[in-house]
Amino acid sequence: MNVIVKTIEQTTEEILTLAATHFKVPRAGLQASDDFYKKLGIDSLQALELLTRLENHFGVELPDYEVQGVSDFSTLASRIQARL
Amino acid sequence: MLDLTKYESLGAALRDAVARWPDEVCLIEADREREKSRLTYRQFQEAAEPLAAALEDSGFAAGDRAAIIMTNQPKWLISAYAVFFAGGVVVPLDYKLSAKEHLQLLAHSKSKVLFVEYPLWRAITQAADFSALAVQTVLVTEAPPNVGLAGARRWEEFHAARAPEFRLRSRQDMACIVYSSGTGGRPKGCVLTHGNYLEQCRALTALYPFWPGVRYLSILPTNHAIDFMVGFIGPFTCGATVVHLRTLRPEFVREAFTRYKITYMSLVPLVLGNLQKGLQQRFAELPPLKRKIFNALLAANKRLTRRRPNLALSRRLLKQVHQAFGGELRALFVGGAFTEPQTLQFFYELGIQVANGYGLTEAGTAVTLNDFNPVRTDTVGRPLPGVELRIAEPDAEGIGEVAVRSNTVMSHYLDDPELTAETIVDGWLMTGDFGRIDDAGHLQLLGRKKNMIVTSEGKNIYPEDIENSFAGLAVKEYCIFAANFVWPQRSMVGEQLVLVLHPETGRAVDDALRAEISRRNMHLLNYKRVSGYVVWDRDFPRTASMKIKRAVLAEEIGKALDRAAVVSL
Repeated sequence: MNVIVKTIEQTTEEILTLAATHFKVPRAGLQASDDFYKKLGIDSLQALELLTRLENHFGVELPDYEVQGVSDFSTLASRIQARL
Repeated sequence: MLDLTKYESLGAALRDAVARWPDEVCLIEADREREKSRLTYRQFQEAAEPLAAALEDSGFAAGDRAAIIMTNQPKWLISAYAVFFAGGVVVPLDYKLSAKEHLQLLAHSKSKVLFVEYPLWRAITQAADFSALAVQTVLVTEAPPNVGLAGARRWEEFHAARAPEFRLRSRQDMACIVYSSGTGGRPKGCVLTHGNYLEQCRALTALYPFWPGVRYLSILPTNHAIDFMVGFIGPFTCGATVVHLRTLRPEFVREAFTRYKITYMSLVPLVLGNLQKGLQQRFAELPPLKRKIFNALLAANKRLTRRRPNLALSRRLLKQVHQAFGGELRALFVGGAFTEPQTLQFFYELGIQVANGYGLTEAGTAVTLNDFNPVRTDTVGRPLPGVELRIAEPDAEGIGEVAVRSNTVMSHYLDDPELTAETIVDGWLMTGDFGRIDDAGHLQLLGRKKNMIVTSEGKNIYPEDIENSFAGLAVKEYCIFAANFVWPQRSMVGEQLVLVLHPETGRAVDDALRAEISRRNMHLLNYKRVSGYVVWDRDFPRTASMKIKRAVLAEEIGKALDRAAVVSL
């Protein structure tokens, strides 16, 4: 069986695109190193909303505690990548 | 419910509770849309007592301390029950703290045993100071097979076949050490006795009763004082059911209401505000005719419940709204931070009672609660039975520091007689909050005396605790204040942290420094970040031991600078 594994760069790119779409901000304004709370102007519940979107997209489950203390896209990407 | 006046300890009350309602469901664990487990009180006892026996066999003695670092889940309660049964003291730690902070509080509390979930334990073992951990027995829950546990044991395998020895404690004995703040500065371990909790439980359940069949939805972690009381001690001593939902995601919270027909739930203002937004959006999306009908029913409900709530009537008039909450909701408990009056009003008009009050770790759970007689959204209610309030040194408008005297007030701060003496004066707990008591006996909160903020997620943030994160900044000196401590406002909302920078002589705050501050700020958890800075070109007043005289400095800054001088980050 062929398994197509995404690279961390692909995962990050997809996260940035989804975040931009979900919170209606220009994709070009987001970078991997950005703090998503600040950049998107969201609270911790909205961050969980984003997480649900990402789970549906990537087909993985991320427990809430996995993202405690995570506030930048690249760390989020690595947490998702580890579960792909 | 059990007659709590007859009990000397939480252990004794809980032991009788599990024996009295053996076939009632006590715990349900749900994760998202999946139910993971369901336990009756008998099954709970069968899980907890072998754990208590194994603890005793490991040398855990009466009065010994056991810390718990877990999210809200049944094993939290099973572990706490076992500790109380064995005569021990529970140290509930916030699982959201960093591993370094966990290690500091484990050392400060002198915990002999630690109950911890695997991912949190893994983080602790990777911390720089891990080798200094002095806990004798570490019990890790849900560890995957074949992983190293760095000397810990598996919670699921830690049990003894013999019946444990029940150890008597008295009302004056320590039941819990609850940290109300501080790891960077001075850890404040509130020592709460069995008597404190038994009295608190009696007062709260008199206003909000539980009984077999009541279902409480737990989304707050059980280390939170509110969940510990209304998601453990309260329901257990009444034979009710606790539903643990292991996610905070709004879509699953909404689903849990209907699936489990929830009676009560506790939440923080942030989650309550989110529920409000969701409902408002749904109302706005109604087609014009339905909206018109809904508005008419809402107006009728508002008119008919102006003086006091009428749950049965509201459930009939606004059936769909109440059905969305499962149809059996009696009240939402909100706490941990200040709730906006308009949010309380919004829910009241829908016929949903939000039990809003005032509490602090040092006084158990709550000292005041609104009683809806009539509804008041501008206050935090009247004192609970057995609680006395007074306003210390009131000004001409009757505003001063709120002081509390009650059987629910903590015994002392652990190993800190000096701080205890500053906080409990002649038997009165000085809360550090400003307020006034009106003619109807309601307490109105009007700002803080303390240098701290509370976020809408219910997090207490002490500036001293985060100053280390800015160590080494290219300035002569710096410190962090709660903006309201420098520029007092009679408000408990929108609190912010401000960094005070004293640049080196002849240097200004340039782009490089600003970038460095932003970088450091980003490394802090989102709710701990400073929102701006001010430049202060005088030396900070300091004590002989070079500690900053914070109150003096705050006063100087407050007089010399306007709040508008804060530069946003």
